[in-house]
Amino acid sequence: MYKNFLRYLISAIFLITFSISAKADFKVGFVYIGPTGDHGWTYQHDEGRKAVEAAGIKTTYVESVKYGADAERVIRQLAQSGHDLIFTTSFGYMDATNKVAKDFPNVKFEHATGYKREHSNVSTYSARFYQGRTILGHIAGKLTKTNTIGYIASFPIPEVIRGINAMTLAAQKVNPNIKTKIVWVFSWYDPGKEAEAAQALIDQGADIIMQHTDSTAPVQTAEKAGIWSFGQASDMQRFAPKSILTSIIDDWAPYYVERAIAARDGTWSQQDTWHGLKEGMVAMSPYNKGMGADLVKEAKQLQKDLASGKIHSFTGPIYDQKGNILVAEGKVADDGMLLGMNVYVKGVEGDIPK
Amino acid sequence: MEDLLIRIEKRNDVPTTLYFFTPFIAIILTIIGGGIIFYALGFNPAEALKFYFITPISNLYGFSELLLKATPLCLIAIGLSFCFKSNNWNIGAEGQLTFGAIVGGGVALLFYNQEGFYILPLIIIAGAIGGMIFALIPAILKTYFNTNEILVSLMLVYVSKLILDYLVVGPWSNPEGFNFPETRQFSDSSRMPLLFDGLRVHAGIFIALAAVLVSWFVLYKTYLGFQIKVSGLSLKTAKYAGFKGKTMILIVFMISGACAGLAGVGEITGPIGQLHRMISPDYGFTAIIVAFLGRLNPFGIIFASLVVSLTYLGAETAQIFLQIPQYTGQVFQGMILFFLLASDYLLFFKVKILSLKKNELGH
Repeated sequence: MYKNFLRYLISAIFLITFSISAKADFKVGFVYIGPTGDHGWTYQHDEGRKAVEAAGIKTTYVESVKYGADAERVIRQLAQSGHDLIFTTSFGYMDATNKVAKDFPNVKFEHATGYKREHSNVSTYSARFYQGRTILGHIAGKLTKTNTIGYIASFPIPEVIRGINAMTLAAQKVNPNIKTKIVWVFSWYDPGKEAEAAQALIDQGADIIMQHTDSTAPVQTAEKAGIWSFGQASDMQRFAPKSILTSIIDDWAPYYVERAIAARDGTWSQQDTWHGLKEGMVAMSPYNKGMGADLVKEAKQLQKDLASGKIHSFTGPIYDQKGNILVAEGKVADDGMLLGMNVYVKGVEGDIPK
Repeated sequence: MEDLLIRIEKRNDVPTTLYFFTPFIAIILTIIGGGIIFYALGFNPAEALKFYFITPISNLYGFSELLLKATPLCLIAIGLSFCFKSNNWNIGAEGQLTFGAIVGGGVALLFYNQEGFYILPLIIIAGAIGGMIFALIPAILKTYFNTNEILVSLMLVYVSKLILDYLVVGPWSNPEGFNFPETRQFSDSSRMPLLFDGLRVHAGIFIALAAVLVSWFVLYKTYLGFQIKVSGLSLKTAKYAGFKGKTMILIVFMISGACAGLAGVGEITGPIGQLHRMISPDYGFTAIIVAFLGRLNPFGIIFASLVVSLTYLGAETAQIFLQIPQYTGQVFQGMILFFLLASDYLLFFKVKILSLKKNELGH
């Protein structure tokens, strides 16, 4: 009897300490595509990680992880080394994330910007960056003198096409003569190429530069050329204080903290998140006063209306480059159409690389 | 008045044992140098080095990953050793790897919805031919137009990467893939068989080992190997002996390209399973370090490919456990090469410090 009691006591103590230590050991891992010092995409994800850390949860990150064979190993190592929740923060990790998730059913996975959730422990999340592009388009349409907007694009995927279209539509609303010129650099982070692209666009008459890439090279090129520009992913203002009108900020911190706490407390469940200005996943950095007080006011109002849903970035009539109607008058594009967006709207120059 | 005079003299007799021993000295110096860097960064050097060199291979999975990473490095370095031994500086293995992967991947995509035992061999052969053709470009330009093969092969790397970009963005992109820059997944018959369930090391390792054995045989037991070695030691002697230099240049480039192409095919049919823009984390360039660390010797290259792979894996583990920046992996690879070249210099040359009176110099 006594012996049995002792045995139960010991196992109970063991179990309790084990579960406590397991709780205390709750760890979150992050996999980044670029260096944390890119001051763009990865930088913002790392800011989100720091917020998780500030909430009292241990975190680990691995930066500059290449797509392909390396990604799967890094994700698997994080899962193996006791991480309970793993954020993989680039599209190219989609298959690797799902593959590892299959082998680690007790680990939770969150994949940014992808669409595959093959196992119940994989969630996906992304932000409605295009709402920010609408504000940029409005400002650009008002400020351009050459009616030419330069756009540095990474890959011809729906997310990027959507941004180009949202910006162009908003610019056309205030200036029907607007043209959007695009240079594809086929990279998320390549300061050299991005700077060249910016210069090429300036040479073609663009007097406003914006980018869907992660480095600060384009805004610095714009600053040197003495023209306007917009920052991407994080507040790039200090890299081009005169030139930057505003930056679209990806604010992952609240989402990361919420999901990390949910995973720790056992309330995490699979979901597909697409948040925007309303939830704060997309935010705008302070507007440059150089654009004039009236325009700042308009931009702020537009930001409010987009957040409240009063204005939708894709409100009909919307035409493609050939003049075919995409969205009828009075209608708005649904999320399905936005997620698969694969054509330019009227006013964008050139063809989507195919 | 005394002057110090430093004179560098070539050593006449370099012992072979020492020649093969210096890579180990270079590795030991790298570990010491790495420890100092970790200490300067504020880490416990012993702990950091443990995470770097021991933790990554402390379990079966890690060991499999080591072999997985060493496979392409070993294959490419074996090919490069033919070029380097004969004084042909093929720097573009990365491009030959990419082009091999393109050709092999093209075949895999032809059969994307079919199964059959013949598919994988076809892909492998196609990949080898692809790499071979791509390596022939600098070889032909060198032999018939006297161009510099270093520049041509290096610039062709960018050409092949741009071709790959074009294909995965455009005509070969997955029709169901929302325009993302990648092809369809290959069918199961297009994938390298795995050696163990749950581990990623695949049958490609046998191709690498076969390449090691064949290259040893060719280099040390055949007339061609003799020609290659003589040309490497002295081009004039080779000419005097009546060796056909042009044919030999073409052959070593073809061997080198085929090996790189095979490595590319091994990656896309092994761990990756499709074509996209980043099929290789610069294996073609890292293999240059591997080839020299292995002393251009087939068995030395096996050893060198394992060591260099470990620096990659170690960089990841060290970052996961200690948050040491991942770029230390590149620093380690740089240090290995630096220490190897430095000890080679001291191996082949001796530094004499002479202290002479001025008048002895004839003033």
